[in-house]
Amino acid sequence: MPVTLERIPGKAERVILSMGPQHPSTHGVLRLVLDLEGETVVRSLYDIGYLHTGFEKSFESKTYSQGITLTDRIDYLAPLSNNLGFCLATEKLLDLEIPPRAQWIRVLLTELTRIQSHLVWLGTHAIDIGAMSVFLYCFREREDILNIFEAVSGQRMMTSYFRIGGLALEPPLGWLQRVEKFVKMFPTRLDEYEALLTQNPIWLRRTQGIGYISGEDAVAYGLSGPSLRGSGVGWDIRKTQPYSSYDKFDFKVATHPGGDVYARYLVRVEEMRQSLRIVQQAMEGLPEGPVKANAPHIVMPERESMKTSIEALIYHFKIVTEGFHPPVGEVYQAIESPRGELGFYMVSDGSPKPFRCHVRAPSFANLQALPKLIEGRLIADVVACIGTIDIVLGEVDR
Amino acid sequence: MATDPANNLALKKLQEYDPEAIEDVRTFRGEVTLYIRSPHLIRACEFLRDEPGLKFSFLADVTALDLYPQEPRFEVVYHLLSLETAERLRLKIRVSGENPRVPTAVPVWPSANAFEREVFDLFGIVFEGHPFLQRLLLPEDWEGHPLRKDYPTEGYR
Repeated sequence: MPVTLERIPGKAERVILSMGPQHPSTHGVLRLVLDLEGETVVRSLYDIGYLHTGFEKSFESKTYSQGITLTDRIDYLAPLSNNLGFCLATEKLLDLEIPPRAQWIRVLLTELTRIQSHLVWLGTHAIDIGAMSVFLYCFREREDILNIFEAVSGQRMMTSYFRIGGLALEPPLGWLQRVEKFVKMFPTRLDEYEALLTQNPIWLRRTQGIGYISGEDAVAYGLSGPSLRGSGVGWDIRKTQPYSSYDKFDFKVATHPGGDVYARYLVRVEEMRQSLRIVQQAMEGLPEGPVKANAPHIVMPERESMKTSIEALIYHFKIVTEGFHPPVGEVYQAIESPRGELGFYMVSDGSPKPFRCHVRAPSFANLQALPKLIEGRLIADVVACIGTIDIVLGEVDR
Repeated sequence: MATDPANNLALKKLQEYDPEAIEDVRTFRGEVTLYIRSPHLIRACEFLRDEPGLKFSFLADVTALDLYPQEPRFEVVYHLLSLETAERLRLKIRVSGENPRVPTAVPVWPSANAFEREVFDLFGIVFEGHPFLQRLLLPEDWEGHPLRKDYPTEGYR
């Protein structure tokens, strides 16, 4: 018997409604139990786990390098952010220095990931509330970014492009021209979305004052990312605890004191503009040099060198058959994913496989605030509130 | 970037406040881990959350480790974050394998609710005083706790 809410005696007119798990506006398989009085939500409960695949258990039976492919599938809308978090955690464990070119490309690609993740969010959020055309525009631009990912890594979504110690391979010739084309085109497209929504009276009626949460409550409920910044708390890990050379880029942390659905919309749109600035800077200042760290016992050798160098062949054999041995210890590495604080807690017992790899998923934590957002509100606003916290169920359930 | 744990402000202040609370201190790659004695956990958490200069108001994560076949078998891990000082701190408590019980941190940080339910679900550690301690990710009738080390990854259970 799945979880449900108990009826309160003497409140016979109330309806207990199970919303989901198959519902177009739940962005996956999220089930909500709502206690309704008329159209007002009095109490609510969420039920998750429909996508639970046991990633954390799987990590324990894979080597560190094999684990990267699993991370793509945790948050399938931001695969490169997950790759980055996992690689940074492992690199911290190994105390490995990453060459600047690899760091720059990582920043560039994770910011493009942020834009495409926000585009999916904007499109689906708008379609939930009834603005159909925004969805079509957003997915058009998202396709351009996915094409860049495909050019670089060979995959549109499950990229697995970042490796422990750097990148899988040097990006192909001409990829920067594609990025440049996108950077030139995108600001006008962003203006188009804003023209459709920002001053749209229907959009304003559906978002302003809906799903309010104060900054204090947002911190207490563990909200992070744009959902936290939409309540006026200017916390962004890229600024406050910079990783992967983010301190060398000039960008603004988008915040808004509103605390409602509209404020979070403005924050995310502004974030796309700021991400574009970072992409631009990364493109212009891209350093030359290797894309892999000089650590032959960890980083796979070049294919060509394996044909001539016996050491390269031996290292290749060792890495593939056995993996590498990080020192005994534990690290927690958090990054700012499109949804908030994505943390990897990695524990090593000295063997080539992680003793424990825990994913602190931002969606999982952000979902906890949902009952707070919807209780006392109309059932139509529930849909807007699910959209505004931008959950990915793959990440919630892991 | 190894930091000397003796210079850690949170450690110093907590030691002054409750000398009994801290069992052990570890540092690795600049990250400080405080081992807290279970009965002192809630007092220590409240102190770390409210003390000016520390203000660990954000509970980033709660999880656990299974050190099977060691005893005490489990370690419950709390990752704290201070939005004011941008510092992180890791708290750990050791929990015995027989009838594992820990006081809940929900009254201190409401965000602990789902994290603790997940740990209960996947490790079978009971959080005493938790408002709604039920399985979260697995079905209600699931047998066993998959993230325990003696839970097989293949074959029949």
